[in-house]
Amino acid sequence: MAAGVAAWLPFARAAAIGWMPVANCPMPLAPTEKNKRQDELIILNVSGRRFQTWRTTLERYPDTLLGSTEKEFFFNEDTKEYFFDRDPEVFRCILNFYRTGKLHYPRYECISAYDEELAFYGILPEIIGDCCYEEYKDRKRENAERLMDDNDSENNQEGSMPSLNLRQTMWRAFENPHTSTLALVFYYVTGFFIAVSVITNVVETVPCGTVPGNKELPCGERYAVAFFCLDTACVMIFTVEYLMRLFAAPSRYRFMRSVMSIIDVVAIMPYYIGLVMTNNEDVSGAFVTLRVFRVFRIFKFSRHSQGLRILGYTLKSCASELGFLLFSLTMAIIIFATVMFYAEKGSSASKFTSIPASFWYTIVTMTTLGYGDMVPKTIAGKIFGSICSLSGVLVIALPVPVIVSNFSRIYHQNQRADKRRAQKKARLARIRVAKTGSSSAYLHSKRNGLLNAALELTGSSDDEQHISKSTSLIESQHHHLLHCLEKTTNHEFIDEQLFEQNCMDNSMQNYPSTRSPSLSSNNGGSTSCCSRRNKKTTHLPNSNVPATRLRSMQELSTIHIQCSEQPSLTTSRSSLNMKSDDGLRPNCKTSHLTTAIITIPTPPALTPEGESSPHPTTNISTTCSNIVKVSAL
Amino acid sequence: FRILPCCLSFCSVDSVEDEMEIATVRHRPEALELLEAQSKFTKKELQILYRGFKNECPSGIVNEETFKEIYSQFFPQGDSTTYAHFLFNAFDTDHNGSVSFEDFIMGLSILLRGTVQEKLNWAFNLYDINKDGYITKEEMLDIMKAIYDMMGKCTYPVLKEDAPRQHVETFFQKMDKNKDGVVTIDEFIESCQKVSNDKLI
Repeated sequence: MAAGVAAWLPFARAAAIGWMPVANCPMPLAPTEKNKRQDELIILNVSGRRFQTWRTTLERYPDTLLGSTEKEFFFNEDTKEYFFDRDPEVFRCILNFYRTGKLHYPRYECISAYDEELAFYGILPEIIGDCCYEEYKDRKRENAERLMDDNDSENNQEGSMPSLNLRQTMWRAFENPHTSTLALVFYYVTGFFIAVSVITNVVETVPCGTVPGNKELPCGERYAVAFFCLDTACVMIFTVEYLMRLFAAPSRYRFMRSVMSIIDVVAIMPYYIGLVMTNNEDVSGAFVTLRVFRVFRIFKFSRHSQGLRILGYTLKSCASELGFLLFSLTMAIIIFATVMFYAEKGSSASKFTSIPASFWYTIVTMTTLGYGDMVPKTIAGKIFGSICSLSGVLVIALPVPVIVSNFSRIYHQNQRADKRRAQKKARLARIRVAKTGSSSAYLHSKRNGLLNAALELTGSSDDEQHISKSTSLIESQHHHLLHCLEKTTNHEFIDEQLFEQNCMDNSMQNYPSTRSPSLSSNNGGSTSCCSRRNKKTTHLPNSNVPATRLRSMQELSTIHIQCSEQPSLTTSRSSLNMKSDDGLRPNCKTSHLTTAIITIPTPPALTPEGESSPHPTTNISTTCSNIVKVSAL
Repeated sequence: FRILPCCLSFCSVDSVEDEMEIATVRHRPEALELLEAQSKFTKKELQILYRGFKNECPSGIVNEETFKEIYSQFFPQGDSTTYAHFLFNAFDTDHNGSVSFEDFIMGLSILLRGTVQEKLNWAFNLYDINKDGYITKEEMLDIMKAIYDMMGKCTYPVLKEDAPRQHVETFFQKMDKNKDGVVTIDEFIESCQKVSNDKLI
């Protein structure tokens, strides 16, 4: 159990008071505290480092932990110090805040650890001084992105959520193809058709073979029908896919506004427009232009490729840098085009006919392409031309690293996301192991405890008793809590293997289960998990010797007959012996008499048949009426 | 007690670039002397309790999620969320969705240091889910199912489906003296005191 949670144990134990009114059996005794409760304090200050400051310094900010009366909770009487079990490094920054009024964020500190410390001391992060605020915000944003990635992948990989309707299932299948094989098939089929469509568009324009008439025809016109059929098929698939996505989307309006859906629409619209307008010759020019949009189908691949999505996201996130690049380029182009135009105005047969015509030269020069279709001929033109190409290199080189670093950051984050997913799986496995560890610790100590009780009762030597004394007080209290729960519900905790074995044993009708020393206090109904009936109640006292004997001995010391259980042999015997015991509690009275009634007439050998009755509750009801008669007798 | 809402801005869901400022509520409890007067704990005990409390919840209040998490660490085999939910409602006396340190101390003071009458009162409050002063059979059945859920699957003997219901039948008949279908606080206290099995704490 985690050390921090141990502090909540008194609360959990106290809350068990809710079980008492409905407990069937008496609660076990609480473990006594052998030694007085020690303070868990080590008499130091912030984890050993002593800081000293005036009280008035702290009281400057009365709405924080240190400035208010909340710190009295951390006062240690013996050493007259305030002890905080926190990080002394971060505490240095926090105390400086009180002294100077400025809160700084140290670069080497982890952002979430720092945030936690601030939360503990009741300080708002917004107070961080300007000198450190940028860094803080950047790190926080990175962390938030990382967490969002985590959450997204977590949501995607959650185990089957049972109550998904068709729409939600479809949407999940579309968004994450790895959820089911059908989704995967769909994913690959659409990918294949996108590829087919794109290749068709490309091949359509390739000239293939001559036709009598000496004209080179592109394949599109030669095999017009085949291409048309292919196109139709692809568009039908895309339409169906789009409509299905539209149906499954949780928010249709948002879906229709999203980029991917616009691409989908743009990819299929030309076909339909073409269908509608095939006969109009004058708009066929526009129709041909529309075919260009078919190339947008290639963008549909971005659903299939993570890298493309990252690229798109990078461009989106670098929008401001791109905008700056564009703006500065435009400025430079206009300046240099004007200069070149006026410089070349004098020379004859110059290609620089106008300023817009010089734009082409400027762009080609600034991007260092240098086609050579336009070259300056005058000396002034050549000088300005060289200045133009030199400055072009600078202007383009400036914003590019920002874009590159953004891309690299996002790309690496994606790589890390996969690593984190694997780590998370390992972490969950560790948590599961810890959980089973704690529950098996309880079972283990229970067995030891019973063994010790047996030894005590049989008066054997005391050294074996020390076996289980090594558990700490907290552990013993925790085990006591679990024991109380068992007593309340009259069922016991067992580990998985025993449970499986029980089920298997109970499913075999031929022989009575060896576990039916369910004579103990702790059993509920005698029916098995697999709807067997009462064979289990036949008890064979020779099975599980220590446990059985202990349980029967426990019976002798306490009274615990469950109302709804089928009475079993030993119980009846012991209860007969104890009928005169007036320690009976009201809630057990009924069953006690029930036992007596049922078992008196039947000889032990016939107990199994005698006890076979259709339903436990009817059993009780019939015997309830009998109780009156018997007691009247 | 004073609750300080810090910057209350919303976080945008669409893009991570927006500043993610989450609303945080910090809570500071009353002074130590005041709590000592109001509850039956000594100063030292209050100190120890507060340190544990603050360790798990630095912001000073427990919301239901944290509560369920903490509680589930004590019962690893079963599912304790339902019972934790009922417990949370019993501790959250002013029904504001969060348990402050004061609520926590008040509840613990009754449970650990209160008289039998007070404890039974508290237990009645726990069972009375809708806090109307009566425990109906359905309410008791809900609580019972929550308790049985904590046992988990691997029990011996195997848990039947109707084990909680049978359990409830027995106890409800016992408690409901005038057979009017509900258990009032007096019937509850009377029937529990007869049993007098206060050996837990």
